[in-house]
Amino acid sequence: MTIAPPPTTGAIDCDIHPSVPSIEALLPYMADHWRDTIVQRGVHNLETIAYPKNAPLTARPDWRPAKGLPAADVVTIQAQALDPFATSIAICNCLYGVQLLMSEDIAAAFANAVNQWMAAEFLDRDPRLRASIVIPTQNTEMAVAEIERWADDKRFVSVLMLVMDENPLGRRLYWPIYAAAARHGLPICVHAGSAYKHPVTSVGWPSYYTEDYAAQSPAFHNMVSSFICEGVFAKYPDLTVVLAESGFTWLPAHLWRLTKFWRGLRAEIPWVDRPPTEIARDHFRLTLQPVDAPPTVSDFERLMEHMGSDEMLLFSTDYPHHQFDGNAVLPEGLSPTLARKIMVDNPKNTYPRLQ
Amino acid sequence: MNIQVADRSTSASKGKVKQAIADCDIHPSPKSLEIEIYPYLSKRWRSYLESYGFIYRQGFPNGPAFPKGQPDAARRDAYPPNGGRPGSDLEFMREQHLDPNNVQLGILNPLKSGQGLQNSDFAEAYCRAVNEWQIAEWTSKESRLKASLMVPFEDAKASVAEIDHWAGNPHFAQVLLLSRTIEPLGQRRYWPIYEAACRANLPVAVHAFGYGGTPVTGGGWPSFYIEEMVGHAENTQSLLTSMVIEGVFERFPTLKVILVEAGFAWLPALKWRLDKLWHRMRDEIPHVTRPPSELIQEHVWLTTQPMEEPEPREHLLDTIEWIGWDKLLFATDYPHWDFDDPARALPLKLSKERRENFFLGNALDLYGLR
Repeated sequence: MTIAPPPTTGAIDCDIHPSVPSIEALLPYMADHWRDTIVQRGVHNLETIAYPKNAPLTARPDWRPAKGLPAADVVTIQAQALDPFATSIAICNCLYGVQLLMSEDIAAAFANAVNQWMAAEFLDRDPRLRASIVIPTQNTEMAVAEIERWADDKRFVSVLMLVMDENPLGRRLYWPIYAAAARHGLPICVHAGSAYKHPVTSVGWPSYYTEDYAAQSPAFHNMVSSFICEGVFAKYPDLTVVLAESGFTWLPAHLWRLTKFWRGLRAEIPWVDRPPTEIARDHFRLTLQPVDAPPTVSDFERLMEHMGSDEMLLFSTDYPHHQFDGNAVLPEGLSPTLARKIMVDNPKNTYPRLQ
Repeated sequence: MNIQVADRSTSASKGKVKQAIADCDIHPSPKSLEIEIYPYLSKRWRSYLESYGFIYRQGFPNGPAFPKGQPDAARRDAYPPNGGRPGSDLEFMREQHLDPNNVQLGILNPLKSGQGLQNSDFAEAYCRAVNEWQIAEWTSKESRLKASLMVPFEDAKASVAEIDHWAGNPHFAQVLLLSRTIEPLGQRRYWPIYEAACRANLPVAVHAFGYGGTPVTGGGWPSFYIEEMVGHAENTQSLLTSMVIEGVFERFPTLKVILVEAGFAWLPALKWRLDKLWHRMRDEIPHVTRPPSELIQEHVWLTTQPMEEPEPREHLLDTIEWIGWDKLLFATDYPHWDFDDPARALPLKLSKERRENFFLGNALDLYGLR
């Protein structure tokens, strides 16, 4: 199928997902001890239940290879994710089960291996590619060390965390991570997904994968609250948090609610000294796909008014996940001006390393 | 929301609110357990309560893990002059709320009612006592008030027995559950409750709060009360998602669900998300034969408090249109601190018919009291 390019060139795709093809692919990037551990203990490939292999959402039919995982090598990504959308830059967010591991030592080894693999297999092979640094959130010190290891490599443009970790992301145990990110001009990319240390809903484990995916949205609501209420942005005024694969149509209503409660309860969180709606507009950015869109263009236009800002959305395809067909990556109802902002200007203004 | 101690001596005069209202979320409390609840408990459970207290799936027996914004989460002006907890004195409730706010229908939602206790037998006995108490102390004395049928929802069999026991009793307007269950409410362990509620021709209301033992976010426990409070909306989204995706509404086509005290502005985006997912994921959930938005439209109502307050306010009109003007039930949450005042709520230009239905008519229709 030929895909016509979207109505602007130089698009910056802020969320694509190369797959680690197998655990063997990471072995060259691990110390002997961990290589032995993986082989001798029979550690399995760390794909997670967040994207079941053959579920319709996990990969678009035309992006599924005959064999193996989608998006597993640079040639495939060039042909499917970069060229068809006239993408000038794409940010790789590797979703691999590093954050799920129980041992912080193994997690740190895997995080480092994934980052090395990303640099060697993708960043070295196409100048359009950038990546988020995978960190072992199980241990804040180790996470900071991993950020420091890659900070000088400007092809790493943000730091990746999952929206559902062991603790809400605003909590102070994570603050050294945010300090390191802010110091190096790296936004935090909070991506859909769970470390599965808790049930994905606040009322326990669901029955269906569909519910797991739906539950990502409430989790993003929770983490927006957490970042704001804990005072992360009061402490790190230069920090930007990119919510990736979060959907965005839920944001206005959530901020209305949070702001109403802030009016009544601000004595509990005195460092939040202005309405959460304003803080969110300054510090959060959201990737475009999936677009959980209202039924008509006119509804969509009204919703965009509710967003109250044309600077928050960042173009993304969420490749290879199946969020749209053909080249219909932009929702109907975007003006050409707004489309250009979403595709080029907003990403450039969000990631200091893309300027 | 109003946490100030306002002098209401003048504003509380009769006829302050012209539009008659239904208040679909009023929280009554017993004056004291000994006087009002013990008469409905057996000696065994009185003695158990004295020895062990209320043991929920959280660590503190005397209060919540997140300290509330106000003592008892109550309006400071809601303490009855003759003593007792806010919401414990019918005469004062009439004087402060029912009369001046022109409440034509008030739905009682007792909160400390035995639901969610670890001990299922005690939960069953205590729910029964609270049901008896609501009739004795409230609805038989005040015809504007209707009771909620409390069920020990983690034990479906006992819940069904409780519903069957009261079925047909006109004092009860609905079956009440709390939102923080130990499993998502769409799961089959709860289905007998829905079946019994349909049989008794009662809607099932799910009030925010409770203790299910699971962190209030999928990513662990937050630090602050404000996060827990705001999170009730997310929690409610998860339980509604569960009911839709597990197929509850297909299995019980006459079931009516009311989501209480979780706000409402989040619903449109949830419907859009679920519709999109449903199209993509039909191979996994073939039992859901219609778009989630349609099922929600048919089966779900929401109480309004705490009502979202966008700037500009007019944005809320879009939101209500996306939900449906017939799906919202006005509620104040009296006597709690985050009370929505009917004299000030929804300060928007509306047609007379819309205003009347929003504040009263929708509730009368839903509860069959028109």
